[in-house]
Amino acid sequence: MSLHDVNTIAHPQGHVSTTVYDKGLIRGSIGLAIIALVGFGLLYPLAGVGLGQTLFPSAANGSLIERDGKVLGSALVAQPFADDRYFQPRPSAADYDAMGVSGSNEARTNPELRQRIDETRAAVAQRNGVALDAVPSDLVTQSGGGIDPHISPQGAAVQIDRVARARGIARDVVEGLVAQQMEGKQFGLLGQPRVNVLELNLALDALASPASGAPAANQ
Amino acid sequence: MTEFLLVFALAIGLGWPLGRYLAAVMRGEPMRGDRLFLWLERPLYALIGTNPQRGMSWRGYAGAFLISNLILALVVWLILMTQAWLPLNPNGAPNMSWDLALHTMVSFLTNTNQQHYSGQAQLSYLAHMMGIVTLQVITPMMGLALVVATLRGFFGGRNAQARKADGQDQTPVDVGNYWADVIRPTLRFMLPLCLLWSVLLTSQGVPATLDGGPVIAPVDATVEMKEQKIPLGPVSPMVAIKQLGTNGGGWYGPNSSVPLENPTPLSNLLETLAIILVPIAAVFMIEGLTGRRKFTGLVFGTMLAMSVASAGFAIWSEGFSSTSQDIALMEGKEVRFGAEPSALWAALTTQTSNGSVNSMHDSLAPLTGLVTISDMLINAIWGGIGSGLQQFLTYLLLGVFLAGLMTGRTPELFGRKIEAPEVRLLAVLVLLQPLILLGLTAITLAVPGLAGNSNPGFHAVSQVFYEYTSSFANNGSGFEGLSDDSIWWNVTASFVLAAGRYPALIIPLVIAAMLARKRQAPESTGSLQIETPTFALTLIAVIVILTLLQFMPVLVLGPVADHLSLIAR
Repeated sequence: MSLHDVNTIAHPQGHVSTTVYDKGLIRGSIGLAIIALVGFGLLYPLAGVGLGQTLFPSAANGSLIERDGKVLGSALVAQPFADDRYFQPRPSAADYDAMGVSGSNEARTNPELRQRIDETRAAVAQRNGVALDAVPSDLVTQSGGGIDPHISPQGAAVQIDRVARARGIARDVVEGLVAQQMEGKQFGLLGQPRVNVLELNLALDALASPASGAPAANQ
Repeated sequence: MTEFLLVFALAIGLGWPLGRYLAAVMRGEPMRGDRLFLWLERPLYALIGTNPQRGMSWRGYAGAFLISNLILALVVWLILMTQAWLPLNPNGAPNMSWDLALHTMVSFLTNTNQQHYSGQAQLSYLAHMMGIVTLQVITPMMGLALVVATLRGFFGGRNAQARKADGQDQTPVDVGNYWADVIRPTLRFMLPLCLLWSVLLTSQGVPATLDGGPVIAPVDATVEMKEQKIPLGPVSPMVAIKQLGTNGGGWYGPNSSVPLENPTPLSNLLETLAIILVPIAAVFMIEGLTGRRKFTGLVFGTMLAMSVASAGFAIWSEGFSSTSQDIALMEGKEVRFGAEPSALWAALTTQTSNGSVNSMHDSLAPLTGLVTISDMLINAIWGGIGSGLQQFLTYLLLGVFLAGLMTGRTPELFGRKIEAPEVRLLAVLVLLQPLILLGLTAITLAVPGLAGNSNPGFHAVSQVFYEYTSSFANNGSGFEGLSDDSIWWNVTASFVLAAGRYPALIIPLVIAAMLARKRQAPESTGSLQIETPTFALTLIAVIVILTLLQFMPVLVLGPVADHLSLIAR
């Protein structure tokens, strides 16, 4: 492709010309690269960070949950919970490693997925003493990123008995706490109702700990 | 259904005024906001060394596009391979291998954003910003510039009047000033919109910080994991341009399924809206740019019909068909969204060449996978910013040619004849897609050890075909179980990415410039009427036959067979 200028008549500045000018492509490209790297790559993200930090500092810093100056976790990152005294989150393909976020990427027709779901379902049903059919899909499947912080209302409901028994507190208390922590659809319109597992478990701990000033658990 | 209705209503309602504004920006005439923006733009034009009013021929325009791509390519490739030695790397990301860096660079340069790496661990903050965000901002604007230049060509170029007075052939067709066509919409349109989205997303919980994330100890001390590092960064500005610029490459590996990248149903609505907002605005821009309301209506109506059909089918497949009762439904999905918003996203992200995901496409029902692949094969249902419209113009030229042959009229577009040289160029574009996609899919599946499949059976065919289709469509989503960080995948995908981008953007511009040089016959009742529902239906038929039927065998072997084996379980 020849990139020579087709017409070299000089044009008055700011005047729409009838001829074209195809020169200076390398200089122009270098100039555009500088503008893009500095202006779009550096200044724009910095402006976004500055605005976010000013307007929504807590959200901009990862929605961290702190108690007594200690960071306990992020409301947006699931933590593993194994103890019977806690609600369990969804299974994770990344083993809850937030630096290695990942889904299973297994197809619906993959026999390994089927086997894993069957095993998880049986384990969840047995651990909580509920029927196989009562276990909802979210408790037996791995989320897209492996750190889904929520479970569905049904996913929480099947665990209430087990958690109450392990903590030695009345079922009503746990059930009330789950209801209190339940998030409905946003604006009653968007998404799905859900419970944040970390926040629910922290609320359970606060219930038990006398230092928190919460009503003492009826043990 | 709520999300479906809201997203389409908002995208059309906001896309209309934004499209009119975008047209004013691209016309380059005096407008509101000039006082601020001219002050910003003048030093930039001085740095580039151009007079923004002065036009270029198609050769200069395409040359500027290619050379500016080449220079950005080299710089970004270097940044990726040396990021460990550069500042702003609090999480200690290592340098990328040459082939992974090559693929990453080409992928972002072509507005694709296919990722064979996981951003939170493998990219420094600096590489994310100056490498990735730079390209995410500028490449959609380059696509927009190319389609605007092509549209100018279709209507005789910016110097149509003067050339007419000259006696046509003497002066080359002025298709616009490339530098101004990139700078103006970036400063006046894209960046303000992105800043707004960035702040809105942060309000919902998307991080915006330069600090490395904290390391915490799990609340339940009985678990195996002893510590958890929370990955943060300047995520929000990147997610904004990722969604608005039909980019799709996220901060975190699993993209907008990660709660830090897409924390709430509202952020999900904003991000879904952002997928189609600018591509729809680009369609509405046509009217302001060419003065053709009916033609704009043809493009909008055709695209909307295909978009609603595809999104509706995906939502049915994921939320209402027999496979939606599957216990595996939530595999790869997030509780806060549920099935339908995931299906809506999957359809829109593949229609628009965006490629971001809020659920893992590998784990979707096979028929939803069929929708996503078909969307990418068509690649002009809204499509990428600029590139989608450009692809649509290719289909339009073919449609006019075929309809002309069928009705026995000379094929004409806007009064200019489409003849053998133009059709020959179109044929190159039409043949490139099946040759590359089917050829490479066949080789990858036939030679043992190349594919790196994670799923057995028919789905393995889908995985490989999806990857190349996504590359060629400059989409960037994937059936991500594939082990695609290998030299084979990095190098072949880099080739497909470039082959899917540059010819598809440049050839229509060449054709437009060729048409502009022809004598314009007045449009009469004897001309082929393209601004009618009949022609829109013809066009949809051409698109479906051309793209879907020629891939029928591989679609049957992949997603369709996968579906049949799923329901036969």
